[in-house]
Amino acid sequence: MENSVHLHYDVDGDDFTRAGEASSDVKHKLKKLNVPADAIRRIAIAMYEGEINMVVHANGGVIDVYIYADKLTMILNDVGPGIQDVSLAIQEGWSTASPEVRELGFGAGMGLPNMKRSSDEMNIETEVGVGTKITMTVYY
Amino acid sequence: MIVRNIANLDGIKTVIEGESMDREISGMYCCDLLSIAMGHAPEGSCWCTVMANMNTLAVAALTDCACIVLCSGVKCDDNMLMKAKTEGITVFETELPVFDAALKIHEAL
Repeated sequence: MENSVHLHYDVDGDDFTRAGEASSDVKHKLKKLNVPADAIRRIAIAMYEGEINMVVHANGGVIDVYIYADKLTMILNDVGPGIQDVSLAIQEGWSTASPEVRELGFGAGMGLPNMKRSSDEMNIETEVGVGTKITMTVYY
Repeated sequence: MIVRNIANLDGIKTVIEGESMDREISGMYCCDLLSIAMGHAPEGSCWCTVMANMNTLAVAALTDCACIVLCSGVKCDDNMLMKAKTEGITVFETELPVFDAALKIHEAL
């Protein structure tokens, strides 16, 4: 991807408390680049939800972020179980999270809906038993 | 009202003085489900919750809340305290329930 700054993050699948480190790092970098605050907030929300999903459902994964002059694209890849029914997963309130995850305040079925709402473009490629790739773009 | 002034209210004490002590509070926000707070906590708000874990701090930082008020006697554990210090997030604690704490701060805004 030309004319972009590339950032790469490995998301640890075992440590729930570390979820958010990648999005926090991106947020700090975007602030330094003077990206508008509203766009930074939407990017941070979309990426954090993606990180949480990777930890909760897929035992981690990798995130590649490409920062352009007028937009940011993030590609989230995991080799988790895949999403059986994307149209259900994208509905608010639909969740397959465990009781332990719910006790931590997640699992309300808001992850993918928050990602969709926060990004300008979102594409989900998923195959059961193979993994999931989510590409999101935010313009600013 | 700025964040620092919350400590002047009866029954609310400062646990971590973060970088936002002189920030203006934009309004109140109450929610314990982090998934919901992630999508809806307004920027600059004072967030009252009983959910105290590392992820609460992450959500507060990413949504750019002005501060967190842990209600109903909920306490930060050591890991959370350390992380809040590192991230510069301001945290208060109170024995008041969420509604009463939020109302009290709201009336002082």
